[in-house]
Amino acid sequence: MKYIKLLFTTGVTLIFLAISTMASAELVFPSLSYRTGPYAPNGIQFADGYEDYFTLLNERDGGIGGEPIKVIECETGYNTEKGVECYESTKGQGALVYQPLSTGITYQLIPKVTADDIPMHSMGYGRTSAANGKVFSHVFNYPGTYWDAASIIIKYVSDQEGGDLNGKKIALVYHNSAYGKEPIRTLEELSKKHGYELVLLAVDHPGQEQKSQWLQIRRDRPDYVLMWGWGVMNQVAIQEAANIRYPMDKFIGVWWSASENDVLPAGDSANGYKAIAMHGVGDDFPIYEDMRKHVLDAGKAAGDGSNLGTVLYNRGMYAAMLAAEAAKTAQEIHDTRALTPSQMRDGMEALKIDQARMAELGLPNFGPEINVTCENHGGPGLGAIQQWDAGAKQWSLITDFTGADREIVDALIMEDSDAYAAENNITPRDCG
Amino acid sequence: MPVELLNVIEVMLNGLMAGIMYSLVALGFVLIYKASGIFNYAQGVMALFAALTLVGFQTGQVPFAHLINVIFGTHIEYWSDGLNTFVAIILTIIVMVILAYLVERFLLRHLVNTEPIILFMATIGLAYFMEGLGDLMWGANIKALNVGIPSGGSFWWEDVTKTWAPAEADYYGMYIDVLDVWAAVIAILLVVSLTLFSQYTKTGRALRAVADDHQAALTLGISLRTIWVIVWSIAGFVALVAGIMWGSKSGVQFSLSLIALKALPVLILGGFTSIPGAIIGGLIIGVGEKLFEYWIGPLIGGATENWFAYVLALVFLMFRPQGLFGEKIIERV
Repeated sequence: MKYIKLLFTTGVTLIFLAISTMASAELVFPSLSYRTGPYAPNGIQFADGYEDYFTLLNERDGGIGGEPIKVIECETGYNTEKGVECYESTKGQGALVYQPLSTGITYQLIPKVTADDIPMHSMGYGRTSAANGKVFSHVFNYPGTYWDAASIIIKYVSDQEGGDLNGKKIALVYHNSAYGKEPIRTLEELSKKHGYELVLLAVDHPGQEQKSQWLQIRRDRPDYVLMWGWGVMNQVAIQEAANIRYPMDKFIGVWWSASENDVLPAGDSANGYKAIAMHGVGDDFPIYEDMRKHVLDAGKAAGDGSNLGTVLYNRGMYAAMLAAEAAKTAQEIHDTRALTPSQMRDGMEALKIDQARMAELGLPNFGPEINVTCENHGGPGLGAIQQWDAGAKQWSLITDFTGADREIVDALIMEDSDAYAAENNITPRDCG
Repeated sequence: MPVELLNVIEVMLNGLMAGIMYSLVALGFVLIYKASGIFNYAQGVMALFAALTLVGFQTGQVPFAHLINVIFGTHIEYWSDGLNTFVAIILTIIVMVILAYLVERFLLRHLVNTEPIILFMATIGLAYFMEGLGDLMWGANIKALNVGIPSGGSFWWEDVTKTWAPAEADYYGMYIDVLDVWAAVIAILLVVSLTLFSQYTKTGRALRAVADDHQAALTLGISLRTIWVIVWSIAGFVALVAGIMWGSKSGVQFSLSLIALKALPVLILGGFTSIPGAIIGGLIIGVGEKLFEYWIGPLIGGATENWFAYVLALVFLMFRPQGLFGEKIIERV
């Protein structure tokens, strides 16, 4: 009986070992999503796009480099504490890269991912100065940062005004949080350079009531209003702007105030609203044929398929594509199919995607070319302007992708990242 | 009139209108607290649930469509082009009455004679349950709500007030949102109806009797359970009105449940047991927070409204702990 017990225990142990070995052969991508709570409408679209792209790779290509992909979803509710819990509970499962979709969670995870040697990708959000790869070895925010976005919007506004912003008044309506405050410093520096007056208008979470801010805009009559909002704040701001009859073509949001969710509730009055885009809009890309064939029609989509082609679905898909390309790069660098988080980090730091590759992926001209280096984790820092057509209920890009004012933005990144390095006793890496 | 003075009047006027919107939410809390002594944490979620249900009927959405599709592999989403707004409102009221019955049958009935804190905790559970149920029934996407109430700045009021400023001032005229004016009219009608109902109907008098003394009301043969169903139904109707007004501004989405946070200072200030108190409290909070934001906000970085409303309520609390119109409870041992 004793020997039978021993044999049984050994057998069970061997089975568990075999299962765990099999599991570790998968490429694990955690999805820190929010499908519940006040920010769910945005979180669902992004999470669906993220998961569907990996499903497509599994179904069509058998994964990445022949290695199957496993997506672990963890609900954060856009809550920083829950986000950290999700990180702690999933990091031991072979997680290759984290994309928290929250600036608050990103800030909390920066020291943790660095200590745990797991990369984090805060795509167009999070701590802007993480673009300095010498200081932030495990944090990436390509293809662009908040400060790039602020600078590109000001450049666009300047072009609209014939290159002269002197004496103009620009208001920033921002979410009163770490996220919303990110562009302020850049806009202040740019105001010194271009001579415009900057008016700051904070909106408290969640942003359901903004009467005071829009009454002030009505009194001050700024030439342009910029918005750094998220969730219901965006919808209310666009509705209030329409109510006071502020010209929509002079109201420009960041790429997180740029989804269909933000403009549809305001109906026709949202017509002409603009926002900066980090990638293409709509579903007129070859990848969607494959997405419909292998994922949607096969009944394997994360959602009901109604989000395909929306701005945030596209962004989730884009984030997954960048992660998959980085994993492929890591496989090539380390000559292995199974990856560790550390190898994934190497892949992210060596990521290069040109337009030929974008076309191969079924996303021709969907986004700018990417060239990540040891020093530059922020990517090319390009953005285009998109505009809402309420009649057709669709966005369209009205400019080409253009760059930020590197003189201002890079100086700010260096200043902030150096301060972070000094505070945390980090010796910047030598990138050769 | 100097433009600066006109600006202050405009801020006050818009504060009054915002206050009315807060009062609409606070009214639901007062009704339930008055009749049963329960602080209904789920009132904000009830507004959300009512608005979700209304849009669902208006657009012809199939309830639980996502669940049905997952289980049966179907692709249904809508069962028709939708119902007429009036019919949709009536059906939503019926749903809120059914909800009130279910709350009494499965929650309150089992908690009679328990501590108020237990009842409060039960409503927290109810809030999370209803939020999940709303998500499952109607989905989490943002829905545009249009019940035909006009919105946007009033041209007429702008033209009238433009002439009050000196001609050289280039004054735009005062801004007032037509939707807010409608909300004010509806709130007045609601308060008058509720007052008439409680004063002049048999059920209303029974409600007041239960509110004054549960035990005495029971000895007179008033059914506590029936009264609770009626009160929760009325609170459900008030939640629907609040959901319509707030949902018309921002679309119907899950952050709508957070409007309850704006009602709390109103309740502290106006008193938990007074319907007029909810209105007056809302007006004071609305005007107070808007004036503070106008004068002091720019000096301290703005975004003062959320916390200032609570500070204002706390100041009142120091002098009148029962709120402006609340009943002073004296307990003797």
